[in-house]
Amino acid sequence: MRWIWIDRILEFKPKQSARAVKCLSLAEDFFADHFPGWPVMPGALMLEGLAQTGGILVGEANDFKEKVILAKIPKAVFHREVLAGDEIVYDVELLHLRKEGATVAGKVLVGAALAVEAEIFFAHLDQSRSQQFFGDHNFVFTGELQRILGLVREAGKRPEQS
Amino acid sequence: MPSTEEIYQKVSATLVEALNVDEEDIKPTATLQGDLGAESIDFLDIVFRLEREFGIKIPRDELFPESIFQGDPDFVADGKVTDKGLAELRQRMPFADLSKFESNPEVGAISDLFTVELIARYIQGKLGAGRN
Repeated sequence: MRWIWIDRILEFKPKQSARAVKCLSLAEDFFADHFPGWPVMPGALMLEGLAQTGGILVGEANDFKEKVILAKIPKAVFHREVLAGDEIVYDVELLHLRKEGATVAGKVLVGAALAVEAEIFFAHLDQSRSQQFFGDHNFVFTGELQRILGLVREAGKRPEQS
Repeated sequence: MPSTEEIYQKVSATLVEALNVDEEDIKPTATLQGDLGAESIDFLDIVFRLEREFGIKIPRDELFPESIFQGDPDFVADGKVTDKGLAELRQRMPFADLSKFESNPEVGAISDLFTVELIARYIQGKLGAGRN
């Protein structure tokens, strides 16, 4: 299974906000167990999708040079269940960006309905004492997360579909 | 400038959010790590929140110095902070109340200096300095 929880970035405003979409197919592996007969998207995976959207926003702010890791989720509120067949939108806003890390506020929406609200705190690994353990290789932005941002730029060049 | 009470209330609210503790757990003398269960990453979260809440800039290592002494024998001997070390602490953290600590300056007790009232005093100093 590939660890990417965004299908496409819909809108990207550097150092401000990002919106991404994820379409939930009943064929997703996790729906087999969560739960048989009642396919509910696990809350932790929605947080992961928000963190990936927020992580790209925070990473891009420093040209993907920082190792942006999810350090803490100070707040997460789950308002409703999200089911197979739903199309969810991750809406993330940058609250705070500093050398040591960043905070984003995120929402998961199903249409106009609010499903999840969360605050996510990211740390820049090299700005802490951990560089000695992790070295220079940026294992966070190895390609996939950056490529998905490339996709949104390509999509912007495409002619409107009629 | 907000009053001492207003600053304390805002600091309390910030800690409730950052550390997910109940408001009644927040007391002036409550220690961030011991009483309120703060972990290392929480200190960065608290700094970010205070900056937003009070509209100030908190330089790295100013409110929560990561390692003041770095094992320097001039500052620490036999597990205790030396006179030179105490002078360093006073200089780096003028907002800390060292009166109790000075009577038994064990290195392990440094984390107990970081209390709710320490943050409130720091913010007060910061806002006061900004006005001059």
